[in-house]
Amino acid sequence: MSLFARSRKLASFLLLFLGAQAATAQTPPPASDEPELVEFDTSKTRSIAVPALVAPSPVDTPAGNSAALGRQIAEVISSNLRASGVFETQGPNGLRAIGLPEVTAPQFGYWKARPVEQLVQGFVRVGGDGNLTVGCYLYDVGFGTETTRLGFNVPPRDWRRAAHKCADAIYSRLTGELPFFDSRIAYIAESGPKNKRIKRLAIMDSDGANHRFITNGQSTALTPRFSPNYKSILYLSYVDGNPRIYVYDIDTGRQRLITQSNGPTFAPRWSPDGQTILYSMAVSGNTDVYKISASGNGTPIKLTSSPGIDVGGSFSPDGRQIVFESDRSGSQQIYVMNADGSNQRRISFGGGRYATPEWSPRGDLIAFTRIAGDFRVGTMRPDGSGERLLTNSWQDEAPTWAPNGRVIQFFRTAKGSGKTGIWQVDLTGSNERQLPTPVDGSDPAWGPVLP
Amino acid sequence: MTKNTIKMAALLLVSTALVAGCGKKKVDNLPPAAEGTDYGQTSTDPNAAGAGQIMPGSQEDFLQQVGQFGDRILFETDRFNIDAEDQAILQRQAQWLAQYPGTRITVEGHADERGTRDYNLALGERRANAAKNFLVSIGVDAGRIQTVSYGKERPSALGSDEQAWAQNRRAVTVTVR
Repeated sequence: MSLFARSRKLASFLLLFLGAQAATAQTPPPASDEPELVEFDTSKTRSIAVPALVAPSPVDTPAGNSAALGRQIAEVISSNLRASGVFETQGPNGLRAIGLPEVTAPQFGYWKARPVEQLVQGFVRVGGDGNLTVGCYLYDVGFGTETTRLGFNVPPRDWRRAAHKCADAIYSRLTGELPFFDSRIAYIAESGPKNKRIKRLAIMDSDGANHRFITNGQSTALTPRFSPNYKSILYLSYVDGNPRIYVYDIDTGRQRLITQSNGPTFAPRWSPDGQTILYSMAVSGNTDVYKISASGNGTPIKLTSSPGIDVGGSFSPDGRQIVFESDRSGSQQIYVMNADGSNQRRISFGGGRYATPEWSPRGDLIAFTRIAGDFRVGTMRPDGSGERLLTNSWQDEAPTWAPNGRVIQFFRTAKGSGKTGIWQVDLTGSNERQLPTPVDGSDPAWGPVLP
Repeated sequence: MTKNTIKMAALLLVSTALVAGCGKKKVDNLPPAAEGTDYGQTSTDPNAAGAGQIMPGSQEDFLQQVGQFGDRILFETDRFNIDAEDQAILQRQAQWLAQYPGTRITVEGHADERGTRDYNLALGERRANAAKNFLVSIGVDAGRIQTVSYGKERPSALGSDEQAWAQNRRAVTVTVR
């Protein structure tokens, strides 16, 4: 059973409201329209306790016993919240088991003494149809009040998604940011020596779970991008001996070229609505940026025409503008243009070279790789102001945004060995950590929050 | 012309001797075999079959005739211009190609690891095409030359230092069977 067969069943991923007061829980505050940078206040790290979810009358499911699932769901919630860097979490390990009545009537005095500020409790029930009902409650320990409650009805194999949804709701409620845990990542799994690197297309959940290799590594695969609906992946493959962009259909396992051309095509990107594909093509050695309908039967439209290398690109969330890189000035720099190619203007002036621009899903920032000696990942506003570098290592490259525009993943290459890994950092440059992958990883591409 | 050819032959003998003398070390510096080609290994391996068994017009013959590293030209960081040294190397390749008019080639463009992935693919294209354009300008039929960019995906030298990067910023000519 593939991950994506599962995603076809998203319609059955039913959100239950456990009482009227939860009605606003799934509508976190909208992203700010103000252009000013919003700072995380990391001094306000909140401590959260997540005891194992209660499984009244435990039963076996295809994903394991419901009591074990209750503990595993608490582990995922705890680990998601901890990895966000905003929270310190306790549990489920080291916390006492709670009883079912306690789920809705917490012993605030006990938790206050631990001490914790927030408490997440819940239950897992197995229904007559074999599906799980996961209930999830957030309490403010100091005030002794319930903050929010949510319920999810999922097939047992999707228990992780219920945990992610619960963690997302808690994260949104407590930070005011949009959710991002329940999302997936496409990337390139790397193995083998530096001069014979095997590069395979692979996908995983945003926390590295549910990992799956898609290509077998016989031909080099590079630079994947999930379609906004997660049904297909754009990527580069050398399968015919030349670098060319394919659309891989996840349900059927089939792929097609995005355009018939003699020239090599690379650096594929989706428009936010999934209707248009942005790509780069070299003709007689000169690379320009093009776009074409994702339907497969359109005519390519050439957007740039400088004699320099114009490459890559990323749509603004409203689809009206494109940020891309060009060395028309003599070195790689970042430019913005309208989606029809008009009004091309340079926005990076900080010294050194600038590459791999990616527009935040919130629209407020552009992430990039800055090359000045070492490679570092940073952000700037779409007008080029407010530049900040978030990482400092020998070679950090190719940022990709979390769906909430608050966290960035990128890949880090080691000097000498060429070994790579996928890393994550938040917009303050804090909470840097490596994602667990079965082999080395590069070219991460984060998809949107699952419905 | 005849004089030049004789000079060249003498030069080749010297360089072939040098290659044999250098032994295994040089083999380590060669890039991995390109898919579908017999790339590079035999000509510099002193244990390989003798020169008498190399088939005229083959990749082995090409590598032997153009001399060690005569199959490639190197570039400065982010550059793709063909300097005098590159021209001499490409001229020697063109002379070999003139002997075997039925042989086609692929010029592989490469970049060092100190560039971003997409840009390096574009840079490899530029370098491969620069080499191709020069070969065409000195009389090689453009229809015989394909290009492919490997960006930073196939380094020849494995270190992370200036010397290795200099070897990796290259355009390599490979014969196509």
